[in-house]
Amino acid sequence: MKWWHPGDLGFTVRSWLGGIGYGARFLARLLSLAGPTFGRFGLVRDQIHFLGNYSLAIIAVSGLFVGFVLALQGYNILQRYGSAEAVGMMVALSLLRELGPVVTALLFAGRAGTSLTAEIGLMKSGEQFSALEMMAIDPIRRIVAPRFWAGVIVMPLLAAVFSAVGILGGWVVSVVMIGVDPGAFWSQMQGGVEVWADVGNGVLKSVVFGVAVTFVALLQGYVAKPTADGVARATTKTVVMASLAVLGLDFVLTALMFSY
Amino acid sequence: MGRSKNDVWVGLFVMLGAVALVFLALQSANLLSLNWSSTYRLTAHFDNIGGLKPKAAVRSAGVVVGRVTQIGFDDERFQAVITLDMDSRFHFPKDSALKILTSGLLGDQYVGIEAGADDADWSAGDNVTHTQSAVVLENLISQFLFNSAADQGSDGKSATLKK
Amino acid sequence: MAHPDFPTPALIELRDVTFGYGERPVLAALSLTVPRGQVTAVMGASGGGKTTVLRLIGGQQRAQSGAVLFDGQDIGAMDPDALYTARRRMGMLFQFGALFTDLSVFDNVAFPLREHTALPESLIRDIVLMKLNAVGLRGARDLMPAQISGGMARRVALARAIAQDPELVMYDEPFAGLDPVSLAMSARMIRQLNTTLGITSLVVSHDVGETFAIADQVIILGDGQVAASGTPAELRASSNPLVRQFLGLATDGPVRFHYPGPTVEEDFSVEAMP
Repeated sequence: MKWWHPGDLGFTVRSWLGGIGYGARFLARLLSLAGPTFGRFGLVRDQIHFLGNYSLAIIAVSGLFVGFVLALQGYNILQRYGSAEAVGMMVALSLLRELGPVVTALLFAGRAGTSLTAEIGLMKSGEQFSALEMMAIDPIRRIVAPRFWAGVIVMPLLAAVFSAVGILGGWVVSVVMIGVDPGAFWSQMQGGVEVWADVGNGVLKSVVFGVAVTFVALLQGYVAKPTADGVARATTKTVVMASLAVLGLDFVLTALMFSY
Repeated sequence: MGRSKNDVWVGLFVMLGAVALVFLALQSANLLSLNWSSTYRLTAHFDNIGGLKPKAAVRSAGVVVGRVTQIGFDDERFQAVITLDMDSRFHFPKDSALKILTSGLLGDQYVGIEAGADDADWSAGDNVTHTQSAVVLENLISQFLFNSAADQGSDGKSATLKK
Repeated sequence: MAHPDFPTPALIELRDVTFGYGERPVLAALSLTVPRGQVTAVMGASGGGKTTVLRLIGGQQRAQSGAVLFDGQDIGAMDPDALYTARRRMGMLFQFGALFTDLSVFDNVAFPLREHTALPESLIRDIVLMKLNAVGLRGARDLMPAQISGGMARRVALARAIAQDPELVMYDEPFAGLDPVSLAMSARMIRQLNTTLGITSLVVSHDVGETFAIADQVIILGDGQVAASGTPAELRASSNPLVRQFLGLATDGPVRFHYPGPTVEEDFSVEAMP
């Protein structure tokens, strides 16, 4: 397409807007199917297992390492101002407010998002969705919606695991290895972290990210071209679009939640 | 789920919603400096502006009534020239004084206005003549030492800096 | 609306149906009927609209003009609930089976029963084994789709399609890519099911030999319209050039070999041979 040709440009903008509109309708459909989906919770439960349990390993290990690094870097800077004992609070706030939800969402997009995209894409290209339709079963209700709601449920739980393991990792580095006073580590954290403002906002963020990442993954699988190449491209698009969406939403949410 | 003829319109609606959301977030975080009120411009010369930066506040009685937009150098008078955008709602007498003050003990510097008593107000494009420069620490110390030396000279006693 | 005591003679009727993907119409004012209780074959060149007819009948596409009637009701005018009710009376066999890859053969056939009925598992087990027996795969019940051949997958899909005893079974290219033994078996199976279950079968295929052996009526599509229709014997005796080309009785006819484009002279700058 030649962007300087008004016709081509107009067509591209219109098809881009049409894609966004289609995606919005898809999301609305998934959200409206909350009732029927939870009425058949067995399907959701199975998907929670596939999406959540299989992501636990990578989330926990990543959380541990992020906690290590946060404690190291935090101690490095704080001890210049004599505030080394605040490292616990710093690690906890960084994880609960930002790193927990965001990094978990990015990892989830890479691990679970791509598998969702590939699964839906392959099912659609293998005509399994058509077969369901011809059996008088709505494929979105039966296949796509349980995966969506499972993703929304799983994300805050994974983010909580990430933050918890990260805080423990921070404890290991700062108290066990460096020698920060354990009492000060925990008491500063308890004093500095507020339940609703910090933990609550972090959970809210991870729910929003869960919606975004799972929605992008399922949509890309659903609209993928029914070829092997098409499905492969769709998984790439999932990672890219989901990651950008998470980071963009993080900015908007942080500005709304944590600014003055 | 099939394509609909309304997809483009839904997409447009979603984009507008997203823009509105971002705008809301930026506004609530005070990150946007959209100035909807009209302003009038003033210039002022200072011997020393200290650490004054562009976009610094212009306050009177602690309330922000304008912004510093530009900082320049007058190489004929060897003075700093600053340009202020003042909120059109507020007018100050022509003999009001501009001072460079510090917010808090270690905070940023801002321009403070001490209102004068003239009948006529500043109009757009005026140059303010009553200005007081920023306080420079070294000058303050040398002034203190000078005063101490002057006191000592008139008293005839030797001055020692008391600890 | 058809009265249940006085069913219309044709289970399916297409009246002046026009449909196309984009600008090019695939079907142009097509009218045909599929009588009850018989095996009807729809044949034609590739891309001629055969699969489109199946999709229109199943309600997966909507005709741009004309009516697609299933038992007297217009599929295109139905709301989603009515459409799903109509679909439960149909079974569709896709070209490559379209089995659910994460379920076993047994679970695949049981799937529509478990979704649509509240029958106890013991009853479902009996029904599933009966359907698998009808296609000869009762012994393969615990295999996974990845472990069975393409022909077997199609038979499992057929068992799944008849799990709820539909009135109509549609076959999309059931003979494509099968070895000669499976070919004959499949053809016989379609014919037998039609007779024993008393259903209507609609077969889309371009395999002339097997299709003509089992069909009661054959409809040949050409240019988006019905080019010819009749019993296999009638068509073999036809003088229609498209039919003769299709049946291999003539080497050339309305369907051209060369894709439209520049002439040989233009491409190769060659003087036309005298």
